[in-house]
Amino acid sequence: MKGNLRVRSIFDVLKFLIILIFSSFYILPFAIVVINSFKKTGEVVLNPLALPKEFKISNYFEAAERMNYFRSFFNTFVITVASIAIIVIFSSMTAYIFARKKWSINKIFFSIMAASMIIPFQSVMIPLVKIYGSLNMLNNMWSLIYMYLGFGTAFAVFLYHGFIKSIPLELEEAALVDGATTFQAFWKIVFPLLKPVTTTLIILDALWIWNDFLLPSLILISAEKRTLQLSTFYFYGTFTSNYGLAMAALVLTVFPIIVVSLFMQKYIIAGIVRGAIR
Amino acid sequence: MSSYFSKTKLFVVFCGISIIAFLTVVIVPFIYGIYLTFTNWDGIHKKYEFIGFSNYIGLLKDQVFKNSFLLTLKYVFFTVIFTNLIAFLLAYLLTSGIKGQSIFRVIFFTPNLIGGIILGFIWQFIFHNALPYLGRHLGISLISESWLATPEKAFWALVLVTVWQYSGYMMMIYIAGLVSIPQDLIEAAIIDGANKFKVLTKIIMPLMAPSFTVCLFLSLQRSFMVYDLNLALTKGGPFKSTELVSMHVYNEAFLSQNYGIGQAKAFVLFITVAIITLIQVYLSKKAEVEL
Repeated sequence: MKGNLRVRSIFDVLKFLIILIFSSFYILPFAIVVINSFKKTGEVVLNPLALPKEFKISNYFEAAERMNYFRSFFNTFVITVASIAIIVIFSSMTAYIFARKKWSINKIFFSIMAASMIIPFQSVMIPLVKIYGSLNMLNNMWSLIYMYLGFGTAFAVFLYHGFIKSIPLELEEAALVDGATTFQAFWKIVFPLLKPVTTTLIILDALWIWNDFLLPSLILISAEKRTLQLSTFYFYGTFTSNYGLAMAALVLTVFPIIVVSLFMQKYIIAGIVRGAIR
Repeated sequence: MSSYFSKTKLFVVFCGISIIAFLTVVIVPFIYGIYLTFTNWDGIHKKYEFIGFSNYIGLLKDQVFKNSFLLTLKYVFFTVIFTNLIAFLLAYLLTSGIKGQSIFRVIFFTPNLIGGIILGFIWQFIFHNALPYLGRHLGISLISESWLATPEKAFWALVLVTVWQYSGYMMMIYIAGLVSIPQDLIEAAIIDGANKFKVLTKIIMPLMAPSFTVCLFLSLQRSFMVYDLNLALTKGGPFKSTELVSMHVYNEAFLSQNYGIGQAKAFVLFITVAIITLIQVYLSKKAEVEL
């Protein structure tokens, strides 16, 4: 019995060690970037692993100014929030009709949407740019938001649809008997019940849209319209050799996400898990 | 008649906008894209001609495309396998009651909060600067030169960072699967004399089949479509040796202005992804039933 215990504890130590080694692999890259973001370029070249001799905080101010940080942050914020809001509103309504009314048109569109989820973005991006370019709708934040609605709809409808099916009909029927319109019944009774799906959707879409690069890089052309991913990309490309500055730019982009996600941790994990059920 | 009218009204109000957006952003470009593959449009001239299957026939002779396509298959193969192996291992260890396991879960998940562009730049610095410094000072020749400077090593750098990024995501899904396995089933097996390895392979793994289906699907789809990370980490280099098919399509269309050819390549990508993911889902579902 005693020997068995010792074997167990050796196993536990071994497990802990494996996890510790793995996690250092995850922490160190970020730590190295943070350390170097406070250095002069010469210091970075000399030894990228040493702590800074003196903290050059001016790297941050300079990076923020040159990459138009606050402007891009604001752009990203507006695009993300507006896109998610319209995806949630219109997809939940669509899914409601799809789930509750057995019309053949619903079945047709639902199957097209489900099938469309395997289309890679790369196989629609070229015609997308051509069509919206010829309509003069490129370089416009609102076109981008509209496209996020288009690309986000199928998955959102799919997610809501599954959940609405599991809600009993009685509640909304009572409201309809009391004289409410379908529109009122949906928003007052059904939509509040969809809260778990709505949170899942917000989390997944926020991760997608906030961090998206390819679509905005095709749509947003002028510098003042850039999102954070775009301005980080262009800034880094120009200042690769100015290491301290480049590292500060990376920290500036990553830091807000880390802070927000620490508060949202529980929801993010639940969102990933629930969103994975297809 | 009035009920038909009210039905139509209901449909338009509730579904109108999302269906229009879906059709105009996904379906119309997709179908129009298929048409474009049969033309020689260069992106500048208004006029272009219908040229039949020439673009597709051209692909068969396009050595650069073939290389990029094969490279992508190789990349997908290794990233999917390593991502899922590591994700499952981490999930298994982090549900076995290790101290601070919830903190470790958060750490492993963190890369998924950050865009591929940023992750690519972070690792570019690690491979270009940090590791060579370490390698030279500790005399480890494997890392004393930047991995991004030679084709073979740049490929593995790309695989490594992808696995690093996605393992935490898949780990979360595996953890959810592991946690939902009824404990009494495992206890019963142990009482019947099963050892830990038997419990893992005969009870846990079969019950985890749905999680494997999802994770394989997600990792397949994501690694086929990777672009940001490829762009930021290697930019397809050195000498186009790490140009995955996504980037190849982008460059063909938007840099070389061969929109028709680019779209034909994008369509081949679609067919490949569709066939492989459908086969995977079919096989996984079949395995789920059998187990």
